[in-house]
Amino acid sequence: MGTEEVRMLAMAIVMGVGTISPALGIGIMASKAMEAIGRNPEAASKIQTNMILAVAFTEAIAIYALVVALIIKFV
Amino acid sequence: MHISLVAEKIFEIGSFTVTNSLLASVITSLLLILASVFINKALKKSPGKMQSVIEMIIDWLDELAQSVGGKDTRAFLPLVITFFIFILLSNWLGLLPGFGSIGLYEIEEGHKVFVPLFRGATADLNTTLALALVSVFSVQFYGISKNKLKYLTRFFNFGSPIMFFTGLLELISEFSKIISFSFRLFGNVFAGEVLIAVITSLIPVIVPLPFFGLEIFVGLIQALVFAMLTLVFINIGLQIHGGETHENVSHELAREEVEHGN
Repeated sequence: MGTEEVRMLAMAIVMGVGTISPALGIGIMASKAMEAIGRNPEAASKIQTNMILAVAFTEAIAIYALVVALIIKFV
Repeated sequence: MHISLVAEKIFEIGSFTVTNSLLASVITSLLLILASVFINKALKKSPGKMQSVIEMIIDWLDELAQSVGGKDTRAFLPLVITFFIFILLSNWLGLLPGFGSIGLYEIEEGHKVFVPLFRGATADLNTTLALALVSVFSVQFYGISKNKLKYLTRFFNFGSPIMFFTGLLELISEFSKIISFSFRLFGNVFAGEVLIAVITSLIPVIVPLPFFGLEIFVGLIQALVFAMLTLVFINIGLQIHGGETHENVSHELAREEVEHGN
């Protein structure tokens, strides 16, 4: 394999492996938030803002993987 | 398909390089300054349509901030809302037709390279890094102006070995905040641009539309997230000691509300 092939493979692996845990994390978080809203609809706005913040933190990990993949691809 | 990780050079003033994203961010700033001047001039006691809409938005943001940090947030809310509006506007400007499609052909290393005249301001790591630095420094600024030298006990606490260690971790996390702030915004916006470029190159009509809708949504959420995180971090910085009581009070209120609701 040449350098170019290894780069393509590395990019694919970074995206594939790096997005597993954020996907699971956001899934769990959203399901818990839905549950909480179902139990206590009055607190929906409060839960929503906190959920969006937490999703942003979790999603950041996927974004790091994306940035690394983009750097491998374009730099 | 034209994708470039870094912003391209348009022209130089002396040794200062003007990139296409710098151009876009200057335009964003100019738009905001002009809008604020005109809106400020047109302010009335009895609001018209435009003023009512803006008052509603500001009211909503104020309520959101107060639900997070209480009355103290009034002092730094202008900064947070400015972050929100600036990032929102530059995210959405980057989606306009003309951004990334109008440009010049330049000769680089022997072959023609297309250089777009504008590039979304937040699709450049320099812009987001600057925003992140302002955000993290304002956290320190408001923390020190409220708690004076006591603020430093957050990082250097010789009370006990455990407190010393958590202080060090706090110090490191301040730096990782800069990285995560800048890369989160840059990554989201740049990924959106790549996504739209790829989809448009595959099927240029109708199909990209839902992706533009997605990008408008992502732009709003990322602006909101940046502003909210700044708000939360400043709020944490304000409450070094005696913050627990404040926290308890808000929890108490929330519990009462919930019980009342039931």
